[in-house]
Amino acid sequence: MFDKYIIDPSTVRNTGPEDAPDGFAFETKLGYYRGLRLSMVEELNVGIDGELFARDAIRFDEGAGPLTLYEMETTYDRRWAFGAPATIYVNCPGGFPKGDHTLSLQQKLRISYMPFPSFNNDEKQIRFG
Amino acid sequence: MSKIKRGVSLYSFQEEMFLGQMGVEDCVSFAASIGATGIEILPEQNMPTFPDLSDAQVDEWKAMVARHGCHFTAYDMFLDTKLRKDQPMSDDEQIESIVRDLTLCNRLGIKNMRVLVFVRPDILGRCVPYAEKLDVHMGVEVHAPWHLEHAWILRTIEEADRLDTKHLGILPDMGIFMKHYPPAFRARFERQGARPEVAQFIVDSHEAKIMAEYTIYEVAVKMQGNKAEVAMAETLRHAPYANPKRLADYAPYFHHIQAKFYEMNEDCTDPAIAYEDVIDALVGCGWEGTLSSEYEGNRWIQDVSEVDSCEQVRRQHVMFERLIAKAQARHGVREAA
Repeated sequence: MFDKYIIDPSTVRNTGPEDAPDGFAFETKLGYYRGLRLSMVEELNVGIDGELFARDAIRFDEGAGPLTLYEMETTYDRRWAFGAPATIYVNCPGGFPKGDHTLSLQQKLRISYMPFPSFNNDEKQIRFG
Repeated sequence: MSKIKRGVSLYSFQEEMFLGQMGVEDCVSFAASIGATGIEILPEQNMPTFPDLSDAQVDEWKAMVARHGCHFTAYDMFLDTKLRKDQPMSDDEQIESIVRDLTLCNRLGIKNMRVLVFVRPDILGRCVPYAEKLDVHMGVEVHAPWHLEHAWILRTIEEADRLDTKHLGILPDMGIFMKHYPPAFRARFERQGARPEVAQFIVDSHEAKIMAEYTIYEVAVKMQGNKAEVAMAETLRHAPYANPKRLADYAPYFHHIQAKFYEMNEDCTDPAIAYEDVIDALVGCGWEGTLSSEYEGNRWIQDVSEVDSCEQVRRQHVMFERLIAKAQARHGVREAA
């Protein structure tokens, strides 16, 4: 319902030392019409130009500190609020590649009243560096 | 004075609120400006600290709606039975979660709680003593593809009858009265690659009320439909047209209606949902409650145009006023049975 808005392309930035970045980060909103506790955010699949990063390269922070996707599976006491930006950190030696690239994100959500998972997909063209 | 009150669910403004273009109070202020003074809230959407609300926060919420001459009509609950990946919520945990919502609903002074349709009737039966004590009506959302006489919905009716309670019933979503296929759906699928002649076949099949599976097979197999065409045909599974006359039979079981709509024409008519028949049935049986706008058109047009939820809701309320007056002229204002 909000797929086209879930990546904020203006927030892509490198992380780590300026001369030797170890990854990048960007802001995302939950593609759903209400907030969710983090255990129900099953996957955050990030890719550049169609190449997906490994699950353990991703960290998520809605404001209370970064978590791996494994840690999120049992995080029942933190909530990603409706419309609230959170940060995704991606381990990526060298940082976000220079030039024009496609950044993609798929959020896989476990919505209790739905018989199947909910997938939200967005991709944005990023000009970097 | 009409017994049918007009209101708005904050769900209607999800696009603007998601994008930070409107806050909750902006939505309430807008609702007041069109005389839709009943406010339906989704605490898990509208209250960032949910489920923790201090007494001071509760007071602020009440004061905010009162400041605009509005009042709360309904509370939309959720139930995260799949909170854990490996182990569903136990029955006791489900009841605990529902009682948490009933309690917050009561603290906010709200009398109607929208219960998700998938919640088991026997679980709700166990919640009835709490609902009675807190004086909150639990209304199971009758949402397409369910309908008023679907066997699953009848289980809730039977549970309410068995317990002889006024605090368990239903809460109909008007999406069950889709008389015509929404033009906004069709247009979106055509933008995604559905061929006009296939889209027309699907619309015609819906208009003829042909059961969805026949049309899906025709499109997917016989016509070798593309992805957009098959997806469009599959929406028919969720596009029922139930008989609005049945509303009168179930009127004692609901006090609130989610007035679902996908788009309003410029002349303030709804191209898809049979509101004329719905409102005629409600007025005819003397139903008393709130018609609460639930605009869900944003997702069908946001790929090509700006969403203007306020204008859509405004048009729906012009229609409500017109149709309520028309039905009252026809029936007179009746006392509830």
